[in-house]
Amino acid sequence: MFVAKSIAADHKDLIHDVSYDFHGRRMATCSSDQSVKVWDKGDDGEWRCTASWKTHSGSVWRVTWAHPEFGQVLASCSFDRTAAVWEEIVGESNDKQRGQSHWIKRTTLVDSRTSVTDVKFAPKHMGLMLTTCSADGVVRIYEAPDVMNLSQWSLQHEISCKLSCSCISWNPSSSRAHPPMIAVGSDDSNVTYSGKVQIYEYNENTRKYAKAETLMTVTDPVHDITFAPNLGRSFHVLAIATKDVRIFKLVPLRRESANSSGPTKFEVQVMAQFDSHNSQVWRVSWNITSTLLASSGDDGCVRLWKANYMDNWKCTGILRGDGSPVNGSGHAAALSAVGVPGAAQMLVGATSAGRYVTVLSLKTYPIPKHNYNYLICYQ
Amino acid sequence: TTEKNKYVSILLAIELIWNLCEVLFIDAAPAGSLLLHLLDWVRLHKSDVDARAREVLQSDSPAHHQSYWDVVISLVLQGRVDEARQVLSKQASLRAESSSVFKRMDVLLHTMPIFNPTGTQTLTEFDVKWRHWHEECDRCLQDNTFASNRHLETICKILVGDEDTILEQKELLSTWYHFLVTRLLFTHPTIKPPDLHYYAQVHTTSPILLSLRYCYTELKLVKNKYYLLFYFNSDKFIYLFIYFFLRVFFHLLAVDYFDHCPEFGRVYLELQIERVPLDTERKAIKVLRICEDRQMSEQVRSICKIMAKRALRNNRLGSALSWSIRAKDAAFATLISERFLQDYCNKGSFTDLDLLDNLGPAMLLSDRLTFLGKYREFHRLYGENRFSEAAKLLLSLMTAKIAPRSLWMTLLTDALPLLEQKEVIFSVDQTYELMSCLEELNSGTKDSSQTDQDEDIESTKTELLRLALARNLAMAIVKEGTIET
Repeated sequence: MFVAKSIAADHKDLIHDVSYDFHGRRMATCSSDQSVKVWDKGDDGEWRCTASWKTHSGSVWRVTWAHPEFGQVLASCSFDRTAAVWEEIVGESNDKQRGQSHWIKRTTLVDSRTSVTDVKFAPKHMGLMLTTCSADGVVRIYEAPDVMNLSQWSLQHEISCKLSCSCISWNPSSSRAHPPMIAVGSDDSNVTYSGKVQIYEYNENTRKYAKAETLMTVTDPVHDITFAPNLGRSFHVLAIATKDVRIFKLVPLRRESANSSGPTKFEVQVMAQFDSHNSQVWRVSWNITSTLLASSGDDGCVRLWKANYMDNWKCTGILRGDGSPVNGSGHAAALSAVGVPGAAQMLVGATSAGRYVTVLSLKTYPIPKHNYNYLICYQ
Repeated sequence: TTEKNKYVSILLAIELIWNLCEVLFIDAAPAGSLLLHLLDWVRLHKSDVDARAREVLQSDSPAHHQSYWDVVISLVLQGRVDEARQVLSKQASLRAESSSVFKRMDVLLHTMPIFNPTGTQTLTEFDVKWRHWHEECDRCLQDNTFASNRHLETICKILVGDEDTILEQKELLSTWYHFLVTRLLFTHPTIKPPDLHYYAQVHTTSPILLSLRYCYTELKLVKNKYYLLFYFNSDKFIYLFIYFFLRVFFHLLAVDYFDHCPEFGRVYLELQIERVPLDTERKAIKVLRICEDRQMSEQVRSICKIMAKRALRNNRLGSALSWSIRAKDAAFATLISERFLQDYCNKGSFTDLDLLDNLGPAMLLSDRLTFLGKYREFHRLYGENRFSEAAKLLLSLMTAKIAPRSLWMTLLTDALPLLEQKEVIFSVDQTYELMSCLEELNSGTKDSSQTDQDEDIESTKTELLRLALARNLAMAIVKEGTIET
């Protein structure tokens, strides 16, 4: 059901993050060796490293792509307390022949006093905005007012979360009914503030972000968090990687009066909770249409979750992170999933275990006639 | 559930045929790769081999498993020679005395040439190599090399493409088309699509064509029964179709399905379509047409913007401009127009004349773009010796404030050759206007970044212009004051 392709990433240390670009044809990896590598998928389906360069003076925790409308732009964040924005420039023709490209640093964001643990671009309808979160519990939102000039960024918001932050996710919805919303996860072991996921919402009137919700039932350290694509629904779906996989449904409640200020109130429902990994879950990732969730954990496996038409979630596949029977070595930690249409294979994700990147793709095989449900599920 | 099963069988049949169509008609495959694709197609639809192989290899004594030779032969029939060698090696380790025979077979399998379409070897070179190998296999048969082991003898006969032997394996082949592909693999590996038809005809006339028609007909049926499908199992079932058809006939069918999907069809399409990699302009245009037909304006804008940005990065200004216009992105159009003008100032000529000459109403997207278009028009008029029209246009660019101040000096300099013509082109009024433009330009604050040299050049230009304008004014006054007789 799946085909695994292992790529020797050539990073000299652990790989912490892997990220697909918008179209699934490029990939970026980052590592404790302080560098970022960019990979391009050729017409022959093979991944080739087209750039590799030192980005920080400490371990690089995350790397992420901007929307291609802004060009070929990457952001990285590191233990060295900084986040950086990189742009690819078209090189000399002999570079092109050698299949190499150059990335130059456009800006360094130095506002954090501690390790910067996550960096994400906001949805493109908000303009060119970058968000970071740090171990000191501060979420920072930056904006580049001139999208043609990537060296000018201004710090627009600082959100103090009181807990050491480990991950952030923007609600991708561009609907007018939903103000900008960001979820922040914490891996803090503090027991006073037990809810480890906070939701902040932008208020048009105060022009500030205010806390809308804390998920009190999430009490263990959170490693990853991601909103599902919205599909024009009125409610939001959030997946969380913690000691297990959790999927929450956030239903905005109607305001009592039209003029009531303050953030939206939500009804929080648990859609699913899976402990099949039987270990820490490190990453969660949705496909494009939010019909499939992939999770990776310390058990070295990637699990796929799908809901049937009654919104019952179940596991629809288990992929070994290194493409072979689990032998306990390494964990499939970083995961980035994208479902690519028009391709014969649905790319599930690239997982990194140590210094290898495994690209997993679902091949469509004929399904035995009796297993009808499977027919629906696997696509 | 019988109805369900019926639809499932239809789906499976459709998938089979679609894959074949993909191979034959859709994939722009490089020469020599048809057979490889056909092999893939066969392997895709005959996956029980893997299960059996696993079963055999995981057993205590693989070489003595009852399906052992079936597995080896099945693998050879599918052209999976390396895997066949792997399984064979289990046998070889057992019988020391016959190991030389197994080694021989191993060599034959190992040296079987497989064409690599992306490699450097030409089809001709491959053909030569393949014939040599084929002769080698044949020689083994003639020499009775494998006489001691009937299984190996069978395999060798398959390798030379012996029709009867391959037909004997019909239990393992199970389908007519598998037989055809296997036979082609071992007799004519460089086959091209037109030849395939001949082979199909030779063996049996209709199955492949019939099945294609069957598929189409069934599809029509299915297409007309959209609502029945919906009724069955909600849009998730349709979702399968969507993914499935997206692969093959995206622009023909899948989108139609999306259109008929009750709840999420449009949203799915919106989300999926913006992720289609825009490898080529042609592909981008195809995707765009789908979006434009459905008034998916945000996706149109986004795709155009992505293409414009990419073109700009690669310095293809003409392409970047077209895409910005299509995206209705005024800001970006302005930026690119500025680049065009910069280029003109540096090189003295315009690029992408075709585009600039045919902007039409799109020119109005941004002021700078309007100026660019009009400026190019001025040059064109001048090139066609239509001097008075050119003069009029040039003047209007300044007086109507279409031209940015920074380019006025360039425009006035462009006016010089018109002023120097023997014939009077600028009228008295026009000359006065030009003069006032020049003075307006000079009355502005001095640009502090200008070097002394630049200042000198500026003042020299101004002097030249003043002189030319004065001369022209004189001639124009005389001309207009003269009564025609």
